[in-house]
Order: sequence, then C-alpha cells, then structure tokens
Amino acid sequence: MARPIDEIKWQDLEIGATVSEHGSSREYKTGTWRSLRPVVDKEQCISCGVCWLYCPDAAIKRSDDGHFQADEEYCKGCGICARECPVGCISMVIEED
Amino acid sequence: MAKERKGIEVSLALAEAVGQADCDVISAYPITPQTHIVEHLSELVADGHLDAEFVPVESEHSAMSVCCGAAAVGARTFTSTSSQGLALMAEIFFIASSMRLPVVMALANRSLSGPLSIWNDHTDTMMVRDGGWIHVFVENGQDAYDHVFWAFRVAEDSAVRLPVALNIDGFIMTHMIEPIDFEDDELIKRYLPEYRMEKPLHPDDPVSMGCFAMPEIYTEAQIARERALVESYATCVNAWEEWAALTGRRYHPVETYRADDAEYCIVTMGSLGETAMAAVDELREQGEKVGVIKIRLWRPFPFDDIYRAVAGKDTLIVLDRAISFGGPGGPVALELRSAMCRRPQAPAIVNYVAGLASRDVTVDDFKSIILGGKAKAAEGDLAGFTLYGLRE
Repeated sequence: MARPIDEIKWQDLEIGATVSEHGSSREYKTGTWRSLRPVVDKEQCISCGVCWLYCPDAAIKRSDDGHFQADEEYCKGCGICARECPVGCISMVIEED
Repeated sequence: MAKERKGIEVSLALAEAVGQADCDVISAYPITPQTHIVEHLSELVADGHLDAEFVPVESEHSAMSVCCGAAAVGARTFTSTSSQGLALMAEIFFIASSMRLPVVMALANRSLSGPLSIWNDHTDTMMVRDGGWIHVFVENGQDAYDHVFWAFRVAEDSAVRLPVALNIDGFIMTHMIEPIDFEDDELIKRYLPEYRMEKPLHPDDPVSMGCFAMPEIYTEAQIARERALVESYATCVNAWEEWAALTGRRYHPVETYRADDAEYCIVTMGSLGETAMAAVDELREQGEKVGVIKIRLWRPFPFDDIYRAVAGKDTLIVLDRAISFGGPGGPVALELRSAMCRRPQAPAIVNYVAGLASRDVTVDDFKSIILGGKAKAAEGDLAGFTLYGLRE
C-alpha cells in the first residue's frame, strides 16, 4: 500500500471503498492479532502438510528442511493447525512481549 | 414501443418501463409478498421482448445478492419486493449502497408482520431508511412509470453510483388500473444512455469490492457514503429537469398544492397526497387557508426545499404511514421536527399516523385530520402523535 491505512483520508478512498491495488492484503500484517503462537516439534513432525492444508489464512509455509512452519507476520494464532496435526507435534504457546 | 396513452395496471406499466429501460439483469423471489412487476418482467423476458437475464432465486436475500453481483460487473439491474421480502433482503440492502452499486428496486410499500399483514403502509421502507439508498416516493401510476427511467438515470450517473428505491404504495397504487402516457423507445434512449461502469469487476483488471474495514478506515468509508448520498441531490434534480424538457412532466423534491397563501399545510408522502389535495379543495371552499406539502425525495432529505415550502406557515399537520415504536412520533414528523428545531418562525408540527395496513383514509378522514390538527396546534397540543381512527 502506498501509505499506512490510518493516514488515508475519506477523499482518498475509491468509490465504494473498492481496492484496485492487486495483492494489497500482503501489506496487512495480521500476525499482531496473535496471542498464541504455533510451535512445531520437528522431531515428531512427519511433514504430511495437513497443517498447511487446513490453515485458513495460507500462513503456513514449507521450510527448506521439508517441515512446515507458520509465517509469524501473518499467523493469527487460531490454533487450527495444532488441532488438526495427526501426530500432535504443534503446540500453542502464549506470546509474551 | 411507440408513444401512446394506455389504461394499464400500474405494476404492469412499471414492468414495461423496466423493459423500455433495456434492463440487463432482473432477480426476484416470486412469492408473497410480491407484485405483478416481476411477474410481468418474467413474461417479457420469456416471450423475447426483453433481452435480459431473469434470475428467479430461493429468497429475497439471494435476490439482492444477485443484483449486487450483476451490478458489480456493470449490468443494468432491477428487482422488486415488499414487506417481509424487504426484511429478508435487509442485510444485502445495506451492502448494495456501501459498495455503491446502482441497483434499482421498486419497493411496493407494505406493512411488516406481525400481526401478519401484507397491506399498504410505509413500515417496510422506514425499516431501511438508514440503508444509504436514494429513496423517492411516487404518487400515481404516471409517476411510477416516469420514475423507473429517472431511477436508472440517477443511480448510474458516475457522480452518484448509488442504489435507488422507488417507493410505490402497495395495492392502493401497484394494483390500480390507471391511464398512463407511455413514451417511445427513442426518447427513452436519449434520456437513459447505455450504462458504462467505471472499474467493474472484470478478470482483465481485477479489483476487490466489499473488503472488510478495520476501525482505522470504517469511519472514512461511511462518510464517503454519506457524502455521495447528500451530493446525489443535484443529479436527482437535474434528471427531473431533463425529463421535464423531454416529456413536459415536471417533478420536484418537495411539491406543494394550494400552499402559496396557506396558513397551514398537511404533509404527505406517497399516493395519499392525491386524497389530501381533494380534501384541501373542499376545505378551501369552506374558507380554510390550507395547502398540501408532498415529500417526493426522502433520501437525500431535501432540507432547503422543505424550508422553502414551509416558509410563512403557522402549522404543519404531518401524516405518517408508520409508527416508530417507543419514539416521539412517526418517521416523517420526527425528521421535520428535527429539521425545524431552533429555526426562526418554525411552524408548529402536529403528527397523525393513519392508513396502517391499508386502512382507508378518505377525503372526509383527511378533512378531520386537517381540522383536528389545526385545533391541536391552537391548543399547543404538539407532543407525540395521534393514531387516527383508533377504536378505544
């Protein structure tokens, strides 16, 4: 986005608040919403990709080592990956700042 | 269609007008509460007289959703509903205006349940008063026919891009047979050019419509919507002027009858204005200096036209067709009281609610309301509202 959302005046909005800029949701870092962080135990992970499949925000990515890892800039901490993991290798850990 | 005068049911004339407007997509739920408007449109499409998509859906919620989708790709879009149908549509009704989609809806005004009722009053439209649409009220069949073209013209104007609700009294107007002057197709084409939407939904240049808005931007989105509605006033008036230049039939945001020298006025909205005029004619013969003020444009609210119309009047007797339960009066009276608040020489406002669920309001009833309202004003009895004709 050209500028932060809280600097946009009403006159700057397109008609009907349409967004013409493609892929602009990438600029919106929803990771700040998170209160719980998914932590993967790589010892137990079987690299099945169920977490990647179920993530409602497409925030899980495959790492170079073949395991799956949440992108913390976007992961909202919903916990669906931990719930769905067939071997229970994902635990939700409280975020402490 | 050639220019001609026809005796025709108003619903059918309205549907013919939608056909003449060369509408692209019509979607509706074809069961009670519905009118002959969409029934006749389905015939026009099925018989090949109108090249449009007619989408019969499983609910009014879906009907308005189809209209939004069609309008988002730049189609000229129409629907019609009433009463409970509007209630089921309500969620998407607000979304149509927030996405600035120029859907035109004939809203055959009827009461809401309960008790279960399908008869005429303004309860349904008042439910969506704050839904961000342009609202116009028509008084007779000719008005209804003419305003179909006006509604598309205003809605699709690039400076407006808002949905329009064409409010027409259910049954007592939609089901009447009236003489109506039809205009020829050439004149309609000149008045209502082909619609070209700027930035429609299209795969060649994708856009996102109806995005969610965080608290940081929701306020700005709402004021953009508010400004668009307020500023649509100029286009509403210009579109009426152009229609008058082509047809000789002239409309205004607020219209008056025998009001110039009147000391007091009855205020109406919708088809009862004609009954009020007949009552005023009879009262004038008895020496009463009374006139009629008729509100045609309800949203955007025509403040300045109202102020001009009421200048010099002692009293307004406002006839509402709906109750704001638990509030200080009917919706029209509420808005007029608010508009007049703290203005110098503001008239006293007396509020009557009448004609709920098609209970007849005759010329004699209007005379009773007008004289009763005058007496109340003289006594300073201005609070709340009176439910006219209530048995107690």
